[in-house]
Amino acid sequence: MKNLGFRDKLTGLPKPVRILLWILLALFAYALPLLELPIISTPGVDFGGVLFTVTIYCLVALGLNIVVGYAGLLDLGYVGFYAIGAYTVGILTSFHANWPLLLAIPVAVVAAMVSGVILGAPTLRVRGDYLAIVTLGFGEIIRLTAVNLEWLGDARGIKNIAKPPNIGDEKSGLFEIPHLLWGNGTVLVDTEHPTKFLVFGYIDQVPYYWMGLTAVIIVLIADILIKSSRVGRAWEATREDEDAAELMGVPTFKFKLLAFSTGAFVGGLAGGLYASRQGFINPLSFLLLYSILFLAAVVVGGQGNRWGVLLGAILVAYLPQRFREFDDFRVLAFGAALVLLATLRPEGLIPPRRTVRAKQLEQELDELEQGTDEGEEAARV
Amino acid sequence: MNFEFFFNNLPELTITGLAFGAIYALIALGYTMVYGVLQLINFAHSEVFMYGTFATLWTVIALNAADANGIKLIAILIVALFASMALSALIALALERVAYRRLIERDAPRLIALISAIGASFVLAELMGLRDRIAGWFGLEDDLSEYVGKARINNSMAGTLEKPRFDVAGVAISSIDIIVIVAAIGMMVLLDQFVRRSRLGKGIRATAQDPETASLMGVNPTRTIQVTFLIGGLMAGVAAFLYMLKIDTTKYDVGFLLGVKAFTAAVLGGIGNLRGALLGGLVLGVAENWGQALFGGEWRDVIAFVLLVLILLVRPTGLLGESLGKARA
Repeated sequence: MKNLGFRDKLTGLPKPVRILLWILLALFAYALPLLELPIISTPGVDFGGVLFTVTIYCLVALGLNIVVGYAGLLDLGYVGFYAIGAYTVGILTSFHANWPLLLAIPVAVVAAMVSGVILGAPTLRVRGDYLAIVTLGFGEIIRLTAVNLEWLGDARGIKNIAKPPNIGDEKSGLFEIPHLLWGNGTVLVDTEHPTKFLVFGYIDQVPYYWMGLTAVIIVLIADILIKSSRVGRAWEATREDEDAAELMGVPTFKFKLLAFSTGAFVGGLAGGLYASRQGFINPLSFLLLYSILFLAAVVVGGQGNRWGVLLGAILVAYLPQRFREFDDFRVLAFGAALVLLATLRPEGLIPPRRTVRAKQLEQELDELEQGTDEGEEAARV
Repeated sequence: MNFEFFFNNLPELTITGLAFGAIYALIALGYTMVYGVLQLINFAHSEVFMYGTFATLWTVIALNAADANGIKLIAILIVALFASMALSALIALALERVAYRRLIERDAPRLIALISAIGASFVLAELMGLRDRIAGWFGLEDDLSEYVGKARINNSMAGTLEKPRFDVAGVAISSIDIIVIVAAIGMMVLLDQFVRRSRLGKGIRATAQDPETASLMGVNPTRTIQVTFLIGGLMAGVAAFLYMLKIDTTKYDVGFLLGVKAFTAAVLGGIGNLRGALLGGLVLGVAENWGQALFGGEWRDVIAFVLLVLILLVRPTGLLGESLGKARA
């Protein structure tokens, strides 16, 4: 209920104020690695790098949310599209050609999308859980092919993947932005290790984070537009009841295929960006485990709700990095957290509004049918 | 493509493949039974199997099987089998209690049960992988070093067993392969009869068909679900024992790939269908081994998944279709 209250308050504000709030939020997100806030910031690991990983998970979660949350197709091989994006970028910018990154990324995205159609066209006719295992198989086939084919760099992977182009001078960029330094209760400005705008180097990860965040914001806006369009409604209708949707004139197969390839598109984009930041990729970056982590992000956050999904992605990517002092026990703690979250909040952390409303309605109907709890007690006595 | 090797060794390849397939089939039973009753993928079943392999290994170490032979060795192996079944069944029941029951009772979305199972799977695997550290908390890591040492790498019981091969019409057959195949098929027949004829088995099938009506007819749904997990655990224990006989080596994450394969086998045969699990397992095992001989070992897993995709395209509900509930009494 708290969510609903927050939402109502937000939509109740005048439009300029709302836009201002969003802009402030975005600015805060961009400034986050420079602020180096205590508690939030990760000790021992580069905060900018962690934030970049978070943005990649956010992208992937948004993409997978289209497939799982909106269209209701269980995809356990999403990492396959991510791998196709990353490998396309790797091959085009370093391994077999020498393209600039900005040209390679669109090709990578299209390649992922096409593979989504190729995988989806025959398999989307199989029912829910079979789809899960077929997609799982697809993800593994992609990875094992990369391991076994020399043309794809086999187990050693691909090195020297192109970085994004710098803006301004390579030494100092257009201008330098200092970080903050939090001492014992005092805030200092750290001018010795500034972030150069906009130099994609090897040490400073903040520019990559900005790139990732920009991609997340673009995808988010596209997601909002698609969801509220005819396509979004068709996806939800297909998810709720395929036969009824078909009877109402929704070509469900076409829309499922569209959802699949849109999801693949975003996954390919995330993979391409990841490869460019990392500089090298090998098949170990695309284990089945990642498909599972991506799915966990979507379901834990609340499938079908883009804000919930983002929250889930942030948790899944950030918590293991933040609590590095647990060290070997990280995976154990993560697993226990998944079980707890699942059993305590089965609808996800932030469920979609429709689910909440449906739950409320169901409760009201139950009360009407059976009377209130006290009435029932009295009847029993 | 190595056709010469393939055709020269076809019988051996087939028998080894059948042995692997039988192990897949036994694990697949756990997936298929739970799916039949609850319509959810019990992702943590692979860890149930993994604990079984360790139960076998520990029994073999504790009872000093390396020095035993004859009757004594057979007795030790039987103890190991029961230990493996017991530990696997225990883990399966605990899993049902912790990761599933609350979700089932609240009729939660099925995907969230999958996530809960994934979490439980991480916890179980990591507990095994960190067992040296956990023993360290109690100051036991030196006393138990035989059991908790090498927590993150392969643990082997190689050399404790002789595995004689014998010739049948010029084909060298490993005795272990025969034991594995016969034992697995025997267990499947037993289980099939149990589900078809016994009272509990009827309860399981009734719940699979229609949980609400079944509970109105006096079938306790919670009990039925527990029995389903128990049977899955017992079968995984048998599979774990046979796996250790054949492979000798285990590791804290051994369950993952085997689990994926076994689930593939279950889907291949038609998930929810006991006989389908057997057929799917055997087909998968043989196809893998043949493919491995033809294309090389590195393509083994690719072959398994390509086969799965192809079969699902032709028969979208698996080879035998889904029918735990619909099996004739």
